[in-house]
Amino acid sequence: MKTINKVLFISAAIMLLALFIFPMWKITLVAPQYPHGVTMYIWINKISGSEPGTLQNINILNHYVGMKPIEPESIPELKYFPYIILAMSFLGVVFGFMGKRSLWIFWLVLLAVLCAAGLYDFYLWEYDYGHNLSPEAPIKIPGMAYQPPLIGNKMLLNFLAKSWPWIGGWFVGLSFILSGLAIWLSGKKSLKDEKAKSVGTDNDGGVVSSQLHSVATTH
Amino acid sequence: MKYLSSLLATAGLVVFFFILSGCNQSGQNTGALSSDVASQVYVPPGQHDEFYAVISGGFSGQMSIYGLPSGRLFRVIPVFSVDAEKGYGFNEETKPLLNTSYGFVPWDDAHHPELSQTNGETDGRWVFINGNNTPRVARVSLRTFETEEIIELPNSGGNHSSPFTTENTEYVVAGTRFSVPIPQKDVTITSYAENFKGALSFIKVDPETGRMEVAFQVLMPGFDYDLAHAGKNNSHGWMFFTSYNTEEQNSLLEVNASQNDKDFIAAINWKKAEEYLAQGKYRELPTSYVHNYWDESTQMAYSETIKTVKVLDPSDCPDMVYFLPTPKSPHGVDVDPTGEYIVGAGKLSTDLTVHSFTKMLKAIDEKNFDGDRYGIPVLNYDAVVAGVVKEGGLGPLHTEFDGKGYAYTSFFISSEVTKWKLGTWEVVDRIPTYYSIGHLMIPGGDSKKPNGKYLVALNKITKDRYLPTGPELTQSAQLIDISGDKMKLLLDFPTVGEPHYAQGIEASKVAPNSMQYYKLDENKHPHATLSENEARVERNGNEVHVYMTTIRSHFAPDNIEGIKVGDKVYFHVTNLEQDFDVPHGFAVMGANNAELLIMPGQTETLYWEPKFEGVFPFYCTDFCSALHQEMQGYIRVSASNANTALRWWTGQAPEM
Repeated sequence: MKTINKVLFISAAIMLLALFIFPMWKITLVAPQYPHGVTMYIWINKISGSEPGTLQNINILNHYVGMKPIEPESIPELKYFPYIILAMSFLGVVFGFMGKRSLWIFWLVLLAVLCAAGLYDFYLWEYDYGHNLSPEAPIKIPGMAYQPPLIGNKMLLNFLAKSWPWIGGWFVGLSFILSGLAIWLSGKKSLKDEKAKSVGTDNDGGVVSSQLHSVATTH
Repeated sequence: MKYLSSLLATAGLVVFFFILSGCNQSGQNTGALSSDVASQVYVPPGQHDEFYAVISGGFSGQMSIYGLPSGRLFRVIPVFSVDAEKGYGFNEETKPLLNTSYGFVPWDDAHHPELSQTNGETDGRWVFINGNNTPRVARVSLRTFETEEIIELPNSGGNHSSPFTTENTEYVVAGTRFSVPIPQKDVTITSYAENFKGALSFIKVDPETGRMEVAFQVLMPGFDYDLAHAGKNNSHGWMFFTSYNTEEQNSLLEVNASQNDKDFIAAINWKKAEEYLAQGKYRELPTSYVHNYWDESTQMAYSETIKTVKVLDPSDCPDMVYFLPTPKSPHGVDVDPTGEYIVGAGKLSTDLTVHSFTKMLKAIDEKNFDGDRYGIPVLNYDAVVAGVVKEGGLGPLHTEFDGKGYAYTSFFISSEVTKWKLGTWEVVDRIPTYYSIGHLMIPGGDSKKPNGKYLVALNKITKDRYLPTGPELTQSAQLIDISGDKMKLLLDFPTVGEPHYAQGIEASKVAPNSMQYYKLDENKHPHATLSENEARVERNGNEVHVYMTTIRSHFAPDNIEGIKVGDKVYFHVTNLEQDFDVPHGFAVMGANNAELLIMPGQTETLYWEPKFEGVFPFYCTDFCSALHQEMQGYIRVSASNANTALRWWTGQAPEM
């Protein structure tokens, strides 16, 4: 196993910890009275806003249409998701040092499954907030639900809701790319090693040229 | 009176012909403005002005904030007068700000806003303003745009030459316009010359908090001290006050105080005064005056009484005060941006007298005196004069500077602004004003760094400039472009009260620091209710305290029972909102004071005396949301001997 691949894979694992430094998702509500928008950040372990009062302000807006208040304390995922991320990061680092490609593939698949589950969970929460409305809401519009989009922009009455991954989320994406790259490169390498063994190398130049050749053919 | 009105009539006629002739010449001055001019004052919807103008409300006692060049009004800041709209002086928190040694004084006459300075430049931290009638100085924060402090001035009567600042806001000054017996005593008015003195107060300003204290007073002869300005650069350390009534008259001043050919500009060396103070050469006079200050954390004003003041007598303190003879009852005294020229406006003449600071020091050094008054040396006129601006107009009052070597002087009687060149003293341009200009203002125009783009004429008489509104008219300001060689009239705009004096400042120095709301977790008001769960009603004898919260769109509690006729009810209302521009109002039927207007994160208290049995509504007055109209409640008032249980709720009444 080449060192460069190990470095890539271990970086991918460590990159998940960015979720503790940056929010992973950003939901912005824009309306004429809120020209700069009201922005809510979803972290791996908390929910915050562009200002200290943001969550209260969103809850005030939401209560007109009967949505439940968003109370981070009542969302259990914010409590156990951090452990999953810590575990994945730790596991990734260990696998990285072990340098075993099959474990890397296992890790990447596991990460993909967890992310998919996380997104689905996020969708369920959004669905619940958007559909489970108080029958005593001051403003009731038949057939209207207030579920923000999972990813993308959507008009909800007078508000344009914009929901997109944010810096922490970008790092998770980067983690996918880097670990995938490490797996792919190590696959190429091991293939080439076998090829080099079977063909036999006359000199270093031959290996280099065959590497260049293989790179060229992949493009 | 007859004399005055005929003078005014003549002045009016002069102006009339001026307009006619101006009309014939160019049409520019009468409002036939080219589209080019219109675009110069046009600030498109949603865009911001380049400057803040802080304009005195004059006899309204308030101060208003305008944008330049648009002339749009943004806010009226209550300072010396109660303001029912904002509950200022009506709610329990702000009442102490208007306390004086005469008790609660709900009005004053506010003349001169003065921006704080650092290194001689406006710094956008505070603006000071004087109360003329019951002598006071107020400090307004340019972060909250609220009055934070008001200090009364002992030994004074009519605080007019105030509150002009030194280069680093070390001091703002407060010179008395009316001399009075010091200490006050019951004497015949005809003993004026013997008993009356003029106190010039130096108010020290804390560089961090802005907190004011009367550091010392200079006890001057019983003249009228009219206006003041501080030295700059080399003349930093000196403060100049104009005086009139050096005749020391106490009746029919319009004649009797206009007899001396020359009155004085008093030059006070305040650094010298500080030395004398440190040497203990002061007297500590017993007196009584109040100092009121706002505490942002408890969101309340406090009032304290101070019992003594340090007084320096020029006869005990040589080299501290000199008189610069200046013709014809000088009104304004203005120091140019370099600090070299001290411009005295002889208001009953056509000329301006410009003194040189360098020559003044030389004359002092050479003891070139023309005698003295009450032991204060009078400098030789010819030895100190740098030049005279001749025939500038009639009735010069005030001068400001553009930082490009020119000065601009207002002429009340001939109703015009004259532009003249420093050093050559030649008049280079003039423009009529509508009508009878008092002060004029260039942003930073009395600092070391003027911004010579616009000039605002602050006029005393309005007449026909706007649609008529009966006998009482708004007063008027005019925006004049001074960026080119020729002054150009751009805009008329009406003002709140009398636009006595104004100051201007680049918006970039102020806007970024403007507060959006008070942080709820920093609210240390003793009667704050920081969450709806804590909302409650407490009875203590016949005193009832309602701890109420507001949030879109309800009060908590919104139903209250168990109040009795004769109770003293205090509504302590906390606005729980934490968002920009979501105030809530509170008004209760039959209140003898006003409404509350509570900013997000703030707590305010309204006192209410229920007079009759019944059920009385209260409601939110500031349109807060789509359900604002639903933001209401009831308070039940029972007979004074009833035993109605004290209870309160929001939504569901508690079990009895």
